[in-house]
Amino acid sequence: MTQFEQELADVKAEVINMWQLVLLQLSKARQAMLTFDKDLAREVMAKEKRVNALELKIDGDCENIFALYCPVAIDLRFLLAALKINTNLERIGDIAEGIARYIVEAPLKFNRKVLESAQLIKMFDDSISILTDTQVAFEFENTLLARTIFSRDDVLDEINRNADSNITAYIKEGHKNISEALYILSIIRKLERVGDQSKNIAEEIIFYVEAKVLKHQ
Amino acid sequence: MESTILKTVDFDAYFGETHAVKKVNIEIPKNNVVAVMGPSGCGKTTFLRCINRMHELIEGTTTEGKILLNNEDIYEMHPIFVRHKIGMVFQRPNPFPNLSIYDNVIAGYKLNGMKMTKPDKDVIVEQSLQKAALWNEVKDSLHKKGTFLSGGQQQRLCIARAIAMEPEVLLLDEPTSALDPISTSSIEVLLQELKKNYTLIIVTHNMQQAARVSDKTAFFYIGELIEYDNTKTMFTNPQDKRTQNYITGRFS
Repeated sequence: MTQFEQELADVKAEVINMWQLVLLQLSKARQAMLTFDKDLAREVMAKEKRVNALELKIDGDCENIFALYCPVAIDLRFLLAALKINTNLERIGDIAEGIARYIVEAPLKFNRKVLESAQLIKMFDDSISILTDTQVAFEFENTLLARTIFSRDDVLDEINRNADSNITAYIKEGHKNISEALYILSIIRKLERVGDQSKNIAEEIIFYVEAKVLKHQ
Repeated sequence: MESTILKTVDFDAYFGETHAVKKVNIEIPKNNVVAVMGPSGCGKTTFLRCINRMHELIEGTTTEGKILLNNEDIYEMHPIFVRHKIGMVFQRPNPFPNLSIYDNVIAGYKLNGMKMTKPDKDVIVEQSLQKAALWNEVKDSLHKKGTFLSGGQQQRLCIARAIAMEPEVLLLDEPTSALDPISTSSIEVLLQELKKNYTLIIVTHNMQQAARVSDKTAFFYIGELIEYDNTKTMFTNPQDKRTQNYITGRFS
């Protein structure tokens, strides 16, 4: 393996590390929400710094490769994709931190029935599943798997679209805990963004492997 | 739509039994810079030398197929006429060592026994040196020997000598491989100016140079033209695996 190939392999490994860190953040935010574990939520908030640091490290490494090796063709596409995926992952890290912050702020544990009726638990599980599959697609250059992300993002969009009416119905039923309803609505909004970021990532994987631009189509 | 100035049809070149260029079909658009790249021994320089009929100067060489300049077969023209129309600049700057800068520029005319008046010569020398972006640096020392110039200036002098003959196509065989980065940069800037008036075909081992200066790129391998496309496409999404391996440095 040449030095250049080694550098590319290192970037790929770093991006996968970033993926795993962000997935862990998202999973812990989910767990903190379900168990109302404020300590776990604080841990997610604290670890956001690691996500940010890893983002900077990957950006710097890509910049060095551009400067030193002038990559072309699939190597160029890989690095461009890695840079954008890195940004998308960092934003998902922000989302996990934002959800964890809600848990720390919320005065009472969320009602499980409300979480289920708003389809928040399903949305969380789907988000984590989608993000996991984008990682597999990236690691193994599997564009078939990457293409499945688009329809799965539509499911998250649908839950988000129904959220207003679900939450309104909950409030109309006479429940007094309005802040709980607003927290749940906010978390749904954030998870909808995880779907969007994952879709962006899937587009980048297809660009990297197949040189096809799907963005804005 | 760009018009084609040079076209090859099933073109082959041989050194004795060795098949150096194999059935090459390529169309060169007018006023473009076309880069030719490939590993050593792939036939790119041989191909270039066939375009102005220098290949046949080596004993035992033969060619088959056609090279058409403005739809006329150059192998049916007089070789001297072909070399007027298709100039060449070599890897190492090679001004005539005993000639002044002035005489180097008009050397092509002198060698071909073409008589000119002094005012005509002056015009050709100034225009050629202007086009080669060398005039301002040498206008006060035209009668000094060309070999007193720096490497980059000598190469621009050779370009001035080639374009003094008013060619339509200029062939450049690794024209900056013997130059430092600053001289290389000045030649690359010059190529962009020259393409307004000429069509340039440049053989280069420097892939970044090919990417920087050319409109189209051809990749040769073992005598075959493997891929020929717009340079941006070649360097972002080459279609042939061999091209991709070569430009990404994974060639074995």
